[in-house]
Amino acid sequence: MRSFGPNELLFILAAARWTIALSLIAFLGGAVGGLAVALARTGRVAALRYLSIGYIKLFQGTPLLMQLFLAFFGPNILGFSVDPWAAAALGLTLNASAFLGEIWRGCIEAVPEGQREAARALGLRYFALMRLIVLPQALKIALPPTVGFLVQLIKATSLASIIGFVELTRAAQVINNATFRPFLIFSIVALIYFLMCWPLSLYSQRMEKKLSAAAR
Amino acid sequence: MTYVFQFGDVFNSWDELALGAWLTIRLSALSMVIGLVVAILCALGKTSGPKPVRWIVGAYVEAIRNTPFLIQLFMVFFGLPALGLRLDADTAALLAMVINVGAYATEIVRAGIENITRGQIEAGRALGLKPLQVFRHIVLMPAIQTVYPALTSQFILIMLNSSVCSAIAADELTAAANDIQSRSFRSFEVYFVVTGIYLVMSLAFSTVFAVIERTFLSRGRG
Repeated sequence: MRSFGPNELLFILAAARWTIALSLIAFLGGAVGGLAVALARTGRVAALRYLSIGYIKLFQGTPLLMQLFLAFFGPNILGFSVDPWAAAALGLTLNASAFLGEIWRGCIEAVPEGQREAARALGLRYFALMRLIVLPQALKIALPPTVGFLVQLIKATSLASIIGFVELTRAAQVINNATFRPFLIFSIVALIYFLMCWPLSLYSQRMEKKLSAAAR
Repeated sequence: MTYVFQFGDVFNSWDELALGAWLTIRLSALSMVIGLVVAILCALGKTSGPKPVRWIVGAYVEAIRNTPFLIQLFMVFFGLPALGLRLDADTAALLAMVINVGAYATEIVRAGIENITRGQIEAGRALGLKPLQVFRHIVLMPAIQTVYPALTSQFILIMLNSSVCSAIAADELTAAANDIQSRSFRSFEVYFVVTGIYLVMSLAFSTVFAVIERTFLSRGRG
């Protein structure tokens, strides 16, 4: 049996970059998807609205782990074979799109109706109205919950270990299987996750307090 | 596309799925109830306890909210035996779920309690209510009424999160799915059906929560 030394610690620390990479990819992909979902959800086309409601309900009403399994096995049916890395990125992106879409829908709806009416009265079309008037104002409200969701997403990447992608959690399992020091190893990994998430949580809370103080 | 869907193997194992779903429901319901008790005690400690208690509750909440559930589960299942506490998979799953949902619910209940104005508590005392009565009728119940939607969506999240417990081989729904998958190799079909079962269960839980709200929580204030 191996003992837990600096090499093992380095292996775990190095795997943290895959957690960060996966989080960033899912966040960026989710931002694009989420914006589309939020716009569809708040738009005037009924079919798109129902479609986005269904999408959100589906992804919020089923476990992320199932979504990852389906992202892993689903493409096989269509004749593509995906590795765990691509499956995790795909599953997490689709999941993040639903959650960010729902968060941003609330932020878009929080912009007073009068703003839109004024913009329309000035002759702005939908995209100009969204880009120039609504989204910049929604962005300000959206920042704290979006950062809060990023924390959820970082934690969610740990599930990618179950479909076999070697990120932080999987690396910890690998080292634990070789050295059998579960308490020590999972404590270290918990601490690494904590150090990634806590600053973001604090930032999100502080922004939220600032915003609600400004709203008063 | 030449793939032929075959759901036969999945539906033939319906009894396994039913058993798994039943354990998922029991684990979830138990963790919600125990988690709520933990949350009420912790929220009380955080709002009106002495400083060390407040600090400990704060550390517990932050530690849980900023680490993945999967790691918490591993700590309970693999880590605790190193300290001399060995649990079987189902108990470890329940304990991890309680610890997890307890932390999130603490923050939610605390927000509700802090919403209660000082004057209402004083009015309750002035009417001659005993401290426990004040706590129950004036602080706790109205607090839970206000935060009920946030609380129940957190509860549904822990139900969905319980699928992660398959990683330590607790015999819940996802573990049953994994078993069927490894026998039949019908991966997509199995997980597709099980995803549907989870969706139905989350709808069922929201229905139950709505019924509870109508029956117990909305009978006029106080």
